[in-house]
Amino acid sequence: MTDLLTITDLDVEFPTRRGTVLAARKVSLSVAPGEVLGLVGESGAGKSTIGNAIINLLERPGRVAGGQILFEGQDLRALDEDQMRKVRGARIGMIFQDPQTSLNPLLTIGAQLVETIQKATDFKGNAATDHAVGLLEAVGISEARARLKSYPHQFSGGMRQRVVIALALAGDPDLVIADEPTTALDVSIQAQILDLLKKLCRERDLGVIIVTHDIGVIANIADRVAVMYRGEVVETGAVAQVLGAPRHDYTKSLIAAVPRADTRLHRFTSVDYIEGGAAQASRIDIKSHWLGQGRKADPDRAAMIEINGLDLSFVLQGAILRKNRKMVHAVDNVSLTVQRGETLGLVGESGSGKSTVARLIAGLFTPDAGTIRVAGQDVTTRPDAPEAKRARRMVQMIFQDPYSSLNARMSVRDIVAEPIRFYRTTGSESETRKIVGDLLDHVGLGAQAAERYPHEFSGGQRQRISIARALASRPEILICDEPTSALDVSVQATILNLLKDLQEELGLTMLFITHDLPVIRQMADRIAVMRHGAICEVADTDHLFADPQHAYSKHLLGLMPRMEMLTPVQTPDPSNVPA
Amino acid sequence: MLLFILKRLAQSLLVMAVVSAVSFSLFNFVGDPVNNMVGQDATREQRAEIREKLGLNDPILTQYVRFMGNAVRGDFGLSYRIRRPVDQLIMERLPATLELVFVSAVIALVVGIGLGVYTGIRRNTFLSRAILSISLIGVSLPTFIIGISLIYLFAVTLRWLPSSGRGGTVDLGWWTTSLLTLDGWRSIILPAITLSLFQLTLILRLVRAEMLEVMRTDYIKFARARGLADRSIHFVHALRNTLVPVITIIGLNIGGLIAFSVITETVFQWPGTGLMFIQAVDFVDVPIMAAYLCFVALLFVLINLIVDILYFVVDPRIRLGG
Repeated sequence: MTDLLTITDLDVEFPTRRGTVLAARKVSLSVAPGEVLGLVGESGAGKSTIGNAIINLLERPGRVAGGQILFEGQDLRALDEDQMRKVRGARIGMIFQDPQTSLNPLLTIGAQLVETIQKATDFKGNAATDHAVGLLEAVGISEARARLKSYPHQFSGGMRQRVVIALALAGDPDLVIADEPTTALDVSIQAQILDLLKKLCRERDLGVIIVTHDIGVIANIADRVAVMYRGEVVETGAVAQVLGAPRHDYTKSLIAAVPRADTRLHRFTSVDYIEGGAAQASRIDIKSHWLGQGRKADPDRAAMIEINGLDLSFVLQGAILRKNRKMVHAVDNVSLTVQRGETLGLVGESGSGKSTVARLIAGLFTPDAGTIRVAGQDVTTRPDAPEAKRARRMVQMIFQDPYSSLNARMSVRDIVAEPIRFYRTTGSESETRKIVGDLLDHVGLGAQAAERYPHEFSGGQRQRISIARALASRPEILICDEPTSALDVSVQATILNLLKDLQEELGLTMLFITHDLPVIRQMADRIAVMRHGAICEVADTDHLFADPQHAYSKHLLGLMPRMEMLTPVQTPDPSNVPA
Repeated sequence: MLLFILKRLAQSLLVMAVVSAVSFSLFNFVGDPVNNMVGQDATREQRAEIREKLGLNDPILTQYVRFMGNAVRGDFGLSYRIRRPVDQLIMERLPATLELVFVSAVIALVVGIGLGVYTGIRRNTFLSRAILSISLIGVSLPTFIIGISLIYLFAVTLRWLPSSGRGGTVDLGWWTTSLLTLDGWRSIILPAITLSLFQLTLILRLVRAEMLEVMRTDYIKFARARGLADRSIHFVHALRNTLVPVITIIGLNIGGLIAFSVITETVFQWPGTGLMFIQAVDFVDVPIMAAYLCFVALLFVLINLIVDILYFVVDPRIRLGG
């Protein structure tokens, strides 16, 4: 089988003021027709750079510095911009990560499709429209002809990604480069889109390069995989071989960091290749430490959060008459109890209402009906009463996006010290500073981080700052709303380890919200499955994974990426298990 | 959509009510109207009679309601100075102002958007940098200085264009226009450029900033990856997306053009409503001032209503709901 695309010794550099950064170094890859090549790596590994370099769409000032890109026997580097434009779309299609942003919001999908078809193929006029209908049908959009007149915002996320795929195929390309095509989608949609890509690849004998950080995606779709680390391909091979018997140390550590759905580990194996993972967090004795003082909850009380019949609706579309208003029932008669020291997992797809429940507990929303008790104290009937406020102080939240949840104009010290200063929980400024340093030390950042500003930190480090800030209020309950969804797998592993350690040392009660089943398997003692604002099932974690009762739980579990081909779980190194 | 427009209408009515209250208060706070109407030698009785006839002895609220009722019908009373109905005076002067505003709005839009797109796409060329530097002049120089400089250069030194007035006008019965004669066009060029310069630079800079923003979005990158031509990417995909915020500013600024026209009309002795307003201020001609205030506010409100409705046309996300 001759290769469709062969890349040899590709160098991509980004000249900056402080010298040239090599984003890709001596990268060699090849894709054959009808083959899916997975390009896997963590953020900054240079995997997207490769995709952009192939079709010469590198962000300025990046440029290809050396090597060869041969596509169907033609050297792509020798083409000028006009010739390159004829390759784009017509012979190489691109699919980008976020279907919300890759379509022009002001044009109908029909207009965008027809324009692309007319540009890249010989179809004109009505023939182009017919071809567009055919493409939409091929990617699984029903009533295709009528939907040509729809605008992107009238499609759901998954449907939009199908439109994006149809657009990428509009010029009938031989190679498709998909850059994180399912990262922004729900698990069930992700499975559908991957199936579609695989089907199209087989039917049309397409070469597909799928760029992703998600080992699960690779395991499901790719035939061969190339692992990238800091701009270099460290390992290439058949998927079963690379995932099952990785040779390079980085691949080994990457696979070890992937949360497993099959068994629960006490801790994630920590790995040397991971950024920020090396710093050893100091340990705390809760009885003597500042964090343990001023505890408000009755230590004998078992139920820390009790939710009863919680209801909340949002207005989707306003109208003069109440009956014409479109409402969405975000939380529908939800009742839950979280016991002291336990981690309750709240699982569901986007729009299931899981984050809304978290915000209700934290007091960011007021429920339409129902009660919330925090450590026995009702916080809903009189939310401004001093007892309710005191109870709420026990609850702290950690948000999903570490980039927007920290104030960029405040130093890390001020960010972490803010709750301490607000509640005046220390005697003096010097004590506050000492505690902030202590907290930062404790989350593995080191006390010297206090002088710096959030933009100087990576995503994982920022999430550590968020955790330190949450701890500064001396919480007893921590609500984590998708705390690791925006992070790389290896960083995710270290953050999850940190949360586990904190819970153990401080005796925290946790509500852990996520769409990621393997993650929740590792974190939660019990799991509540949510759908359309209601709770489908609450069960012990092991129970749920072994024998789900509700039809939707079964459906969700069935969608989990299959991981059988990954290396079998090793018994954790005893030195890593905390005493 | 209906709900939205109704809400906007209610807000507009509130604005108009406030403005009319302010205009009404002019009558009571800016001097005694009777003093302005009668001669020095009028007797006390004559004054009292006029006072009674004008209803100035009624309670203030009654006067206000009467003022509002008349204003809604377009009746703002007689000008103190010219002794003619104010609405007639305004209608005579209006075509001149509206034509001036229209021409300068067209200049500001066409040139502003065109240069904005150009500097947004070719942002590192010498020409782009030159345009941006020159555009600073438009923002930083006051209108009257620009106007006087243009008069000095084109009317006094080069003697190419007239320095003041409307030139030849054609009476269409309900509208006197200067746009049908060559002389009229020659006269409107300088004031229109003067008036448009500030708005032009504002639109230029706004379109440029929006264009830079839009060119970084994923859908533009995706459009490039599909091999679309630059012209289509720039003018079909990018420009339309820059227009949503631009429309807001343009709407506000066309109102601004009318307000700024007071200065431009004075500099160029342009016989429009702005010039009339300035003369009315000189002579404390309160009915004209009050009417002009209400009239400008009405224009602002109407333009903003049109802008809000334009969103529906441009952005399907608002038109069709989420």
